[in-house]
Amino acid sequence: MRAAPKHQRLALVLLAMAALVGAALLAMWGLGDRAAYFRTPQDIAAGRADVGQPLRLGGMVQQGSIEKQPDGVSIRFVVTDGPASVPVQFRGITPDLFKEGSGVVAEGRLTPAGVFTADTILAKHDERYMPPQLGNQAAELATRQTLDR
Amino acid sequence: MIAEAGLAALWLAAALSLLQLVASLAGPRVPELRRLIVPVAAAQGALTLFAFLMLLWLFLRTDLSVQLVAANSHSMKPWIYRFAGTWGNHEGSMLLWVTVLTVAGALLALLERRLPERTLHATLGAQAALALGFFAFLLLASNPFARLVPAPRQGLGLNPLLQDPGLAFHPPTLYFGYVGLSVAFSLAVGALLTREVGPALARTMRPWVLGAWVLLTVGITAGSYWAYYELGWGGWWFWDPVENASLMPWLAATALLHSISVLAARGGLRTWTIMLAVVAFSMSMVGTFLVRSGILTSVHSFAVDPARGSFILALLALYVGGALFLFATRVGTVKEGAGFDIVSREGALVLNNLLLSVILGTVFVGTLYPLLAEAVSGEKLSVGPPYFNAVTGPLTLALALLLFIGPLLRWRRDSRPNAPRIAAPLVVTVLAFAASFVLDPAMSALARLGLGVAAGLAVASLLPLAGRNLRRTPLATWGMVISHLGVAVAIAGAAADTAFTEETLAAARPGETLAVGPWQVRLGSVVPVAGPNWTAVEGRLSASRGGRTIDLQPQSRFFSDPPTETNEAAIRTLWDGQLYAVISGAEDGGRWQLRLWWKPLVTLIWLGGGLIALGGLLALLGRWWRGRRRVREPELAYA
Repeated sequence: MRAAPKHQRLALVLLAMAALVGAALLAMWGLGDRAAYFRTPQDIAAGRADVGQPLRLGGMVQQGSIEKQPDGVSIRFVVTDGPASVPVQFRGITPDLFKEGSGVVAEGRLTPAGVFTADTILAKHDERYMPPQLGNQAAELATRQTLDR
Repeated sequence: MIAEAGLAALWLAAALSLLQLVASLAGPRVPELRRLIVPVAAAQGALTLFAFLMLLWLFLRTDLSVQLVAANSHSMKPWIYRFAGTWGNHEGSMLLWVTVLTVAGALLALLERRLPERTLHATLGAQAALALGFFAFLLLASNPFARLVPAPRQGLGLNPLLQDPGLAFHPPTLYFGYVGLSVAFSLAVGALLTREVGPALARTMRPWVLGAWVLLTVGITAGSYWAYYELGWGGWWFWDPVENASLMPWLAATALLHSISVLAARGGLRTWTIMLAVVAFSMSMVGTFLVRSGILTSVHSFAVDPARGSFILALLALYVGGALFLFATRVGTVKEGAGFDIVSREGALVLNNLLLSVILGTVFVGTLYPLLAEAVSGEKLSVGPPYFNAVTGPLTLALALLLFIGPLLRWRRDSRPNAPRIAAPLVVTVLAFAASFVLDPAMSALARLGLGVAAGLAVASLLPLAGRNLRRTPLATWGMVISHLGVAVAIAGAAADTAFTEETLAAARPGETLAVGPWQVRLGSVVPVAGPNWTAVEGRLSASRGGRTIDLQPQSRFFSDPPTETNEAAIRTLWDGQLYAVISGAEDGGRWQLRLWWKPLVTLIWLGGGLIALGGLLALLGRWWRGRRRVREPELAYA
């Protein structure tokens, strides 16, 4: 099994290349069904989301839509982006910035019944967490709040 | 005047780094300039350190006429957070970065004796080129000393999530690690320039890489524990882009550490080691870019500023592109190292390097894929734990299995590997794997494998000590053994956390009892409490198991400057695990939301990280001690 030095360098280079290609293939395989796509309610209404795929649903929490469930730790609410809306269910402690009328991103999956089951809820003053058209509204709101202070 | 003195020192240091670059470029022909290089490097380090101390002083005094202080500090803050707030923001953390970079350059200039002078001068030139770019970034795009006129009467305060003792240590530790790798990068560039890639280079590089690696290990371990208790989400690794930003240089540095040992001991893997040194610091720069640009959203991004992101990206392209170009043009001049068999210590280390590189590659792709996808298709997406766990989990276990054999093989060729020694840990693994079915039939396959491999590795990691006179075993060998044992301990903790964690989420009235794992947790009362700059509701919980009762007091805190709410989890460490409680501040009809976890053996994760770092520290001390005695012994270990 002893390789001559000249061939050894070649063998090592080939091994390194194989490792790189292997890493790329592995990454592509993993990303295929594990990356969570960002979707707005309009996207979902247009059928741009598969049931059971990991998704990030972004929009505004519709006014008056938060309903607490009897167990005290589950809620249902509606995420809207104006023309379309999606009902969401979540079990857990919501972040403090999660309010009706403010931006939200829910990570989870769409059920066959059309309800979005969220595993995680993110609510931040950050336009990255909002669909662009809502991001501007939120930025204006944030500016006004800062001025009021 | 303090701010102006700091700014003047920074400009002067930047000018000196330009002089250092010119002197090392012209040095081979102009002896007068050559003599300047070392003193200039030292003066530059001292001036930058002075500027950093000035900023620290401004923060301690809460000088609100300085914009950075006004935007990030508040006079009512406890002093430790005013102190740590110096680097809890973009400008301050970049100044810390440059300070560590130039001080490392100064130390290299003053202390290095082994390298040929030509190579040292070329290395310091590369270091000056790095410093110059970051000075430009600091002075042109993120001046920490800018004044604010008129000065406000009060500062805006520090993000409450960052108001934690962890902030005082976590970022500096990681930065020392990142920047330690810059020395390895400069040494690689210097050696390529003077065509002196060989064992002497490896021996010079090793303490820097080892030191940087120890600090990165400590920083990552501490950061993981910090996120675990501060975020109150019960997890210890979230595959957040910024966590990955610290993991990627660590993976590259781990590979580099192992390939350096081949170069130092056997003169092999020359080009590969140079390449890894370039990659390791590139990953540090990618990390800095990801964190500082805020281009990927995470809990770590202070502000989103595309201009700054582009600046760092341009520096990244310049340095990495330059180094790779140099590598491509000079690689032919690097001499071939000594050959080796596939079954040998070198062979195992090559395999270790390949596996680490594949893990690094997949983490890199997963971290940057959202950027790529948005640029190419406009599609917004995020890549999280499902991807990273699925891809890196099996690779990590393969790497751990390699550790069963690698350290037991001889250098160059091993025609008669010691079969009983190699078999023993495998038997332990199979037994532990079988035991996991009896223990818990519902466990996930990865957790089961993890427990089995961890048990085997715990045995395998100690085998290099078997049959040795322990008192005469070099510290570096002890370091290797302890680090590898640490890997086993950390894998065991991670697998146990996945397999055995119990969680309860419920709303409870005072007086009610919840069950989590073997514990009965009673909510006694909920009371208001106040701290120096916050108010909170505090849950008084008492948890009992088999006659033993412990108290837990989770809080939900409200900060007024800026207005924010944070969860202070209550965590109690017991010998067999941790009890973890979080309370939500929102009351609903007399009920409070409580989230409880019982996490058996979870502390092993950080204990393992600590052992890995301790091993590195022992190896560093051992090498230093032996270097002082100047005894030429055969290389026995490879940490």
